[in-house]
Amino acid sequence: MIASKEKDRPVVPPEVVSRGYWHGVISRLLRDKVSVACMIILGAIVLSAIFAPLIAPGDPTVGSVLERLKPIGEPGYLLGTDELGRDMLTRLLYGGRMSLITGVVPVTLALIIGGALGTIAGYVGGWTNAVIMRTIDVIFAFPSVLLAVAISGALGAGLENMLLALTIVLIPPIVRISESVTTQVRELDFVDAARASGAGSLTIIRAHILGNILGPIFVYSSSLLSVSIILASGLSFIGLGAKPPTPEWGLMLNTLRSAIYTQPVISALPGVMIFIVSLASNLLSDGLRSAMDVQR
Amino acid sequence: MFGYFAKRLAYAVPVCIAVSALCFSLVYLAPGDPLSAVLPADASQEIIDDIKAQYGLDKPVPVQYILWLGRAVTGDLGTSIGSGRSVALEIGNAIGNSLMLALFASIIGFTVGSFLGMIAGYYSGSTTDKVVSAIAISGVSIPHYWLGIVLVAIFSVELNWLPAMGAGAGGSQEWAWDWEHVRFIILPAITLAAIPTGIVTRSVRALVADTLSKEFVTALIAKGLTNRAIFFHVVKNSAPTALSVIGVQLGYLMAGSILVETVFSWPGTGLLLNTAIFQRDIPLLQGTILVLALFFVGLNLLVDILQPLLDPRISRT
Repeated sequence: MIASKEKDRPVVPPEVVSRGYWHGVISRLLRDKVSVACMIILGAIVLSAIFAPLIAPGDPTVGSVLERLKPIGEPGYLLGTDELGRDMLTRLLYGGRMSLITGVVPVTLALIIGGALGTIAGYVGGWTNAVIMRTIDVIFAFPSVLLAVAISGALGAGLENMLLALTIVLIPPIVRISESVTTQVRELDFVDAARASGAGSLTIIRAHILGNILGPIFVYSSSLLSVSIILASGLSFIGLGAKPPTPEWGLMLNTLRSAIYTQPVISALPGVMIFIVSLASNLLSDGLRSAMDVQR
Repeated sequence: MFGYFAKRLAYAVPVCIAVSALCFSLVYLAPGDPLSAVLPADASQEIIDDIKAQYGLDKPVPVQYILWLGRAVTGDLGTSIGSGRSVALEIGNAIGNSLMLALFASIIGFTVGSFLGMIAGYYSGSTTDKVVSAIAISGVSIPHYWLGIVLVAIFSVELNWLPAMGAGAGGSQEWAWDWEHVRFIILPAITLAAIPTGIVTRSVRALVADTLSKEFVTALIAKGLTNRAIFFHVVKNSAPTALSVIGVQLGYLMAGSILVETVFSWPGTGLLLNTAIFQRDIPLLQGTILVLALFFVGLNLLVDILQPLLDPRISRT
């Protein structure tokens, strides 16, 4: 049956086949050295976090009081030990799991929820638009850090509360971007043409609008990744996110603060990881923006 | 023009009311009884009812909100459960410190950012431009609480030049304009300035590069003006936008300094928030967030109103 269907299809000469928009984006991105370097660095960090149990030399939660705050390069401890005598390399590898998850999950959730709300507001317009956008304005009236602290502070310390707070903080900017691009695309002639030829709203959104708005929304959301990672680790740093002895970069920065007088380099190591991830994702997001030629 | 001002002002009113409602509803986000912090575990029902009435928690929620809003308008933000002092007093003591820290950081951010942005924009495409862009993106990507720790490790621990925490010798809270006090604000202000420096650099760079590509600049060059005179024209054209960028940043700095204030034990509203959260002091949390959020709304309003006055090209109707 499949074979007969394929026979019915008109034969397209291969040279006419468009290589596609995304093909162009990827090849432009791969030509940019900075973006490629960032992809390699982020890929290595993600892989080492996933495979932490296989490559880490020790146990992230077991330490020895006798081995406290060993310097970098001490035999058996490549990056030294922390204030409870736990291997730093192991904890940095495991710490990436929690820090990356708490950075990525809120952006993903906000992208889904905010993208949907913004598209609806932009496409439907009228009262629906007014209700959604004015609600978003109120959340926007709060600076992001303050709102994240307020919500997770009121809900109480804990991972779920922190993820919820970050998602709420990240939704409004995504709604604004999605609403504005949807409004622009909705005005275009091909949407009118689709409506004139009898397409329903859902079909128009799915077939004509989504393809044109996902790019800008996605690029914008990728720029929020670094904000999310810094905020998530920051909330853990002040004690609102991950709880000890969970290895998490922000929390490790906090518990290592007492070691700043004896082992200043070790006490700064978790922050280096946060900085690298945040910088690489910002640079990659910039590279993606220019590869997709999205105007801000 | 006045129509725009009136509209902008009128728009701020419902936003302020909604912000206050959101702050008020924080109580209902909090798990458990907001009074559990003050009540003994074995309190009898009578005592609970009595204290509930004292805090006004025995009335229906909308009534509680109206009463709370009415008191808040007159400056009464309730009593801190932790310290027993008035919330307004606690915030009053802390907000000056935060404002000073944020102002210092804004000044650093604006000066350094404008300077870097101008040279990068002027020599757009050069190595200088690339180095400055790298600094700018690092500024916005750096976890600033970590930058604070690194600065403490270098300037307090290794070099012993500047104090690591607090706002005055011997834990004193009195501020004075002498080295003994100013040295305490240097590290937190630099730490807090990282993000605005990056943002101002990026905006000024884009502005200057954009202005330089305008036709009137080509005309100035053709007229035979010196580079310095041309640069003056460019600065005049980009200054209003740069000022509005830093104005909005000041609001973010005031409200976002909780992490930096925690690192340096700086006695501002951020440290107050930290205390409120971990002592589960909901009135203090509500009050501090309300004041900071209203400050942010007010500052944005001010920037929106000042911008067309500073830059007559922006005509808003």
